[in-house]
Amino acid sequence: MSKFLTSAVRRHLSALRMLLLLTVVTGIVYPLAVTGVAQAAFSDRANGSEVKQNGHVVGSSLLGQSFNLPKKDPNNADEVAKPDPKWFQPRPSAGGYDPLASGASNLGPNNPDLITSIKDLRKAVAAFDGVDPASVPADALTSSGSGLDPDISPAYAYEQVNRVAKARGLTADTVHKLVADHVVNRDLGFLGAKRVNVLDLNRALATLR
Amino acid sequence: MNDTLAGWLQITVLIAALALSYRPLGDYMARILTTAKHLRVERGIYRLGGVDADADQKWSAYLRSVLAFSAVSVLFLYAFQRLQNHLLLSLGFAPVKADQAFNTAASFVTNTNWQSYSGEVTMGHLVQMMGLAVQNFVSAAVGIAVVAALIRGFTRKRTDRVGNFWVDLTRIVVRLLVPMAFVFAVVLVACGAVQNFHGIHEISTLIGDKQSVTGGPVASQEAIKELGTNGGGFYNANSAHPFENPNGISNILEIYLLLVISFSLPRTFGRMVGDHRQGYAILAVMGLIWAASVAIITVNELHSVSSSAGHAAGGMMEGKEQRFGIWASTLFAASTTLTSTGAVNSFHDSFSPGGGGMTIFNMMLGEIAPGGTGSGLYGILILAIIAVFVAGLMVGRTPEYLGKKLGAREMKFASLYILATPAVVLIGTGLAMALPGERASMLNSGPHGFSEVLYAFTSAANNNGSAFAGIGVNTEWYNTALGLAMLLGRFLPMIFVLALAGSLARQQQVPVTAGTLPTHRPQFVGLLTAVIIVVVGLTYFPALSLGPLAEGLH
Repeated sequence: MSKFLTSAVRRHLSALRMLLLLTVVTGIVYPLAVTGVAQAAFSDRANGSEVKQNGHVVGSSLLGQSFNLPKKDPNNADEVAKPDPKWFQPRPSAGGYDPLASGASNLGPNNPDLITSIKDLRKAVAAFDGVDPASVPADALTSSGSGLDPDISPAYAYEQVNRVAKARGLTADTVHKLVADHVVNRDLGFLGAKRVNVLDLNRALATLR
Repeated sequence: MNDTLAGWLQITVLIAALALSYRPLGDYMARILTTAKHLRVERGIYRLGGVDADADQKWSAYLRSVLAFSAVSVLFLYAFQRLQNHLLLSLGFAPVKADQAFNTAASFVTNTNWQSYSGEVTMGHLVQMMGLAVQNFVSAAVGIAVVAALIRGFTRKRTDRVGNFWVDLTRIVVRLLVPMAFVFAVVLVACGAVQNFHGIHEISTLIGDKQSVTGGPVASQEAIKELGTNGGGFYNANSAHPFENPNGISNILEIYLLLVISFSLPRTFGRMVGDHRQGYAILAVMGLIWAASVAIITVNELHSVSSSAGHAAGGMMEGKEQRFGIWASTLFAASTTLTSTGAVNSFHDSFSPGGGGMTIFNMMLGEIAPGGTGSGLYGILILAIIAVFVAGLMVGRTPEYLGKKLGAREMKFASLYILATPAVVLIGTGLAMALPGERASMLNSGPHGFSEVLYAFTSAANNNGSAFAGIGVNTEWYNTALGLAMLLGRFLPMIFVLALAGSLARQQQVPVTAGTLPTHRPQFVGLLTAVIIVVVGLTYFPALSLGPLAEGLH
C-alpha cells in the first residue's frame, strides 16, 4: 500500500513540475514574444486602434459608442436615453456600449419580448428618421453579438442621411456623399459583410462645415 | 458582389485552405508522434520535470499520467483564480468564488472552456495568460496524445506498450501548437486584435461620454483558443468582440484555425497505420457532416425559418455582428459546435429554431466532425469500430478493423464510450429540469428555455463550451453540476479509449482476406455516416423533440 502511495505521490509531483515547465513555455515565453512582435510591428492595432479628434483620443475604431442626448437627470438610471438627431446612430446594444458589459441579448427567435421590441423599434426609428417603417433594415432593429458592434449596414447609414442633414443644417447631398465615402467593402472583396463604421463616419461629420 | 456569391466564395476559400493543409500538417503531426529524436529544449523539460522520456508506457500507466497531469492542472488553476488578488496584473479583481473557480478550472483542463464568468470583469491578465491560456495549449495536446496512443494500439502487435504520455504532450506543445499559435497570433494583431498589458482605462467618447476599455494579451490567447479547439473568450462576448475578432479576415482565419488540426489528423492516422485511404475515408465522413451542417444552419438563418423575431426584423441579425453578416456567422457557428471549440462570433440563443437546434445536434454527434484536437479523431474511430461491428453482425463474421479483431472486450469499451457522454447529458438535463430553482435560470420560456438547459449540459459533457447564453449558470448548482459534467464527459471516454488501445496493441495482426470488410471505400463512408446518425438520433431524439423541434413546429 505504501509503495502504491509513494508512486502516486511521485507521479503527481512530476506532473506538477511538467505543468510548471509548460507554463513557462506557453504562459510566459509565448505571450511575451507575441506582445514584443505585436508592439514593435503593429503598435497602433496592438493597443486597441485608438482614434483621435483634435488631438484627443475619442475611442477605438473597433468599439461602438452611443450617440445619445444628455440625460435630463444623469443620476437617474431609469431614464431612457434619447438618440441625438445630429449624429448617425449605431445598432441597439444589449450592454449600452459599455466595454465592461460585452455580450448579446440572448433572446430566443420567438421570444415575445424580442418581437415586441423589434416592432416598437421599427416604428420609433422610422419616425425618428422620417422614413417608411418598411424601409428600416434589420441591423437597426436588432442588438449585436458583442454589444459593441462598431458598424451599421450601408442601408441603415443612408436611411439616416436626411435626418442628420436636417439637424445639422447641411444639404442631404453633402451628407449622402460622406456616407458613400465611408462604406467599407467586404474584406478582400468577399469576406464578411459591407458596413459603415459609425465612429469614423461621425468623426468626419463633426469636421463638416 | 452579392451576399450569396461572397458567401460561397468564403466557404470555397476555407475548404481550399484546409485541403492544402491536410497533407503537410497531417504528415508533420505523424512525424512528431513517431520520431525517436528529442529536441534539446524537450530534453531539458524532461530532465527538469523528472520524467523518463525513453520509457514506453502500458496503457494503464499512460492513463495514470494523463489523469495525474489533469488533476494537478485543475488544482493549480483553481488556486490561481482563488489567489489572483495577491498576484500581479490582477486589475484589482477579487478572488473568483469557490464554485465558479472549480467550474472554470474543470472547464479549461477538459478543453471545454465553458464560461460562467465574464472575462473583462472577473479574470486578471495573469490568470488569463498563465492559467487559462496554458490549459488551452496543454488540454489540446492531451487530446492529440490520447488519439496517438489509440492509433499505436492499431499499429503495434503483441505488446502492452502504447507510447509515452510526457513525450507526446511536450512535443505537441513545443513543435506544433506554440509555433503555429505564434504565427497566427501576430497575424491576428495585424488584423486589429489587441495584445498589450493595459488595465481598464477610461476614455472620453466623441460626444463626451465615458467608456472603460480593457486591454490584455488577447491575440496570443485568441490564436490558441481556436487552434486548440478550446473556445474560451478573453472577453464575455468571445469572438464576437471586435478586439478578439476585428474583421472578415480575422474571422475566416479563426474558423480555419479551429478546424485545421482536427481535419488534418485523419492524414496522421492514415500515415501511422500505413494506409492513407483509411484517413481519406474518415475525412470524407467528417467533411460530409460538416458540409451538411453548414448548409442547414445557413439556410435556416438566411430565411428566418420559424422565427417570428427574424420575420419582424427582416433578417436574423439579433446576436450577430454587422461586419460578419449571416454567412460568416453561420460558417463559424457550424464549425465551432462541430469541433468542441465553443468560441462564438454570434449568439446561438437567438438563432432560428432550426439553426440553433442544429448547433445542439452538432455537439450531440459527440464532437467528431471533425471534433476537438485528438478527441474528434478518437471519437470517430470508436464509431468506426461500432460501424464495423454492425456490418459484421449483418454478414455473420467476426468484425475486424485495420487488422485487429473486435471481440467482446473491445466492443465493451467502445459501447461504454458511446454511452458515457449521453448519460451525463441526459441525467444532468433531467435533474436541472426537475429542480424549480434551476429551471428558473432559463432566460426564455417554453421549449426554447428547455433548449437552453439541454444546450448547457450537451456543451459541457461534450467539452464544447459554447452556450445558449441566456441561461443564468453562475449559480452554485450549475457551476458544480456542469463542472462535474465536463470532467466526466472528458475523462470517462478517455479511460475507455486508452483501455481499448491497450487491448488492441496486445493482439496479433490478422491478415486481410476476401471476407474482410474494406474500410476505405464509399460504402464504408456511407455506413459510418449512417451509424453515427442512427446512434445519435436514437440517443437524443426525445430530448431534441422537447426543445428545438417543438419550437420549430410551433
